[in-house]
Amino acid sequence: MLHRLRFIPGRLVQSIPVAFGVTLIVFFMARLLPGNAALAILGQQANAASVAALSKQLGLNQPLWEQYFLFIGRLFQGNLGTSLTYQIPVSELLSQAIPVTLSLLGLALLLALVISVPLAALAAFRPGSPRDLGVRAFTLLGQGMPQFWLGIMLILLLAIGVPLFPVGGYGNSPADHPYYLFLPSLTLAIAMCPTIIRSLRSSMIDVLGSDYVGTARSKGSYGAALFRGHVLRNAAIPTVSVIGVNLGFLVGGSLVIEKVFALPGLGSIMINAIFTRDFPTVQGVTLFVALFVVVVGILTDVVYTMLDPRVDLSGKENA
Amino acid sequence: MATPLLSVSSLTIGIRRKGQPDTVIVDSLSFDIQKGERFGIVGESGSGKSLTLRAIADLLPKGVEVLSGSIRYDGAELIGMPAAQRRKLMGPEIAMIFQEPMTALNPVVRVGEQIAEGPRRYLGLSKQAAAELAIEMMAKTGIPDPARRARAYPHELSGGLRQRIMIAMALSCGPKLLLCDEPTTALDVTVQHQVLRVLEELCADSGASLAFVTHDLAVVNQTCTDLAVMYAGHIVESGRVAEVFSDPRHPYTKGLLDSAPDFDQPDRELVSIPGFPPNLAARPSGCPFAPRCQFAVEACTTAMPPTDEVAPGHFAACFESARIFEGAAA
Ligand SMILES: Nc1ncnc2c1ncn2[C@@H]1O[C@H](COP(=O)(O)OP(=O)(O)OP(=O)(O)O)[C@@H](O)[C@H]1O
Ligand SMILES: [Mg+2]
Repeated sequence: MLHRLRFIPGRLVQSIPVAFGVTLIVFFMARLLPGNAALAILGQQANAASVAALSKQLGLNQPLWEQYFLFIGRLFQGNLGTSLTYQIPVSELLSQAIPVTLSLLGLALLLALVISVPLAALAAFRPGSPRDLGVRAFTLLGQGMPQFWLGIMLILLLAIGVPLFPVGGYGNSPADHPYYLFLPSLTLAIAMCPTIIRSLRSSMIDVLGSDYVGTARSKGSYGAALFRGHVLRNAAIPTVSVIGVNLGFLVGGSLVIEKVFALPGLGSIMINAIFTRDFPTVQGVTLFVALFVVVVGILTDVVYTMLDPRVDLSGKENA
Repeated sequence: MATPLLSVSSLTIGIRRKGQPDTVIVDSLSFDIQKGERFGIVGESGSGKSLTLRAIADLLPKGVEVLSGSIRYDGAELIGMPAAQRRKLMGPEIAMIFQEPMTALNPVVRVGEQIAEGPRRYLGLSKQAAAELAIEMMAKTGIPDPARRARAYPHELSGGLRQRIMIAMALSCGPKLLLCDEPTTALDVTVQHQVLRVLEELCADSGASLAFVTHDLAVVNQTCTDLAVMYAGHIVESGRVAEVFSDPRHPYTKGLLDSAPDFDQPDRELVSIPGFPPNLAARPSGCPFAPRCQFAVEACTTAMPPTDEVAPGHFAACFESARIFEGAAA
């Protein structure tokens, strides 16, 4: 097992140039936004002199490439700069927001699996049956609903109609957080489910028709034992990469959902930062998201390797 | 005669279609397997050998079902038996070995655990005891260093070893009937030989009966005591292996024997049977072999010939058997 995970250090090294590329794109994209940060901070009524003074103070008058090298230089010291809007280090902003977004994504993934695995199994054990058609209708429906609309509907239903959950916010103590995160996570989970269910259903059908499931049946295995012992893990293998790819997209979705549910995560920070031309914060968030996608890619391969003993990504032939 | 261990009678397997006549794939098959007997089923590809075995093991593919007939195991009717009760037979009473050792093992489970699964379920063994039994079974099938190999995944083993794993798995609960679907076809000849020897020895030791499907006559000759020759879903001839081989009474069996290489007479010219097996959807009336049979007469194309006992314990379904094989019979 462990020797097949030797690919991890190499992959981390490979991601360094990727990270560099990301900093370049992030930096210059942020500068493409029309408008002046100093003006955005001081407001439209500010006089020209104070805008000029603030621009100078923020280093906005220096040539772009100089600003970039300054940015990179600081980055190496772990310094992401200071938020233009809040006047506190960007790293501090991120360290408050990242746990919120990661918990949201984690809970969403968990819920998505809890919903998808049984539904896919129900469908796959009897393809073409009414319950299979029901599951397929659900996936179509899930795919047709825009996430923000679904979020609002869930608020209307489960927070206002039947006040089971809070309308928004993150709660005050860590014990409150899961309760506050439930509806937004459910929204994301429902958005993620159709892809997972479809992938799982078709791989489960393949696995159920395979010779080794025939062998297992010939040993008297059936039902839940057959499912756990021979179907689930084999069917999960192709689905893992589908989930990996989707987690990347999900980060984008989570930014909007955080806004809908007033969660103080990266999404809320990002949207505010864009409106106020808070370049350092935009850069910080984007950089984190890019690194997140890279790490998810590596984690996907780790999970894949652990599920399937035939996979060896370390590039060495099997003995 | 004592009750046979397995008694198949008028077994018809096919595909049910709404509003249309059913497609019949295996047509009123009857044969018995006695305790300790090693019964071979030979026939061309597509003649329905695998489906027959799968019907016995209740492993028919989706859509294909037993249309009529009876399968009795040790006196008990299997057709119509509740699924839960029938499942309990699979492992301790009846076990099956499949053709493809590569795909018949779960790729993500260590082979030792796969062998241990049945014993844990049926013999009530602890995890530890079942693992030990698995290693013991592997040793019995001649796998070197079984304790280490038990921890291997299927893809880490050669085809021959994987098929030995299948044998160890099938025999782990001490079944009385072992169904083998071309267990050695995917292996090269030397390995094939070794695996057959192991299979034979272990069955002889445990007294298990064997139903052995193959299209290789040499393998039947080496492994089986009795055989049935299938053609297009029918048994055309059956009897003791030695007798059928030396004195075939159906033109199809004769054709099969003539088309197989004979190591005792390497100079003999091989004769292939002209034509192809019939399309199941457009089954000819009468004897299915008639269109390819050089001896066919008018009657062959109108009615299915009855199965006659041409000699004690030797059956053939051919109108013209007496005429064609007159010389040979004497
Ligand atoms: N799942 C299925 N659905 C429909 N028809 C099938 C199915 N499986 C097999 N058949 C048909 O049944 C016939 C007999 O198949 P079977 O697998 O029993 O043949 P076989 O004698 O084992 O051949 P082989 O030597 O190639 O294994 C074939 O002609 C095939 O077309
Ligand atoms: Mg077959």
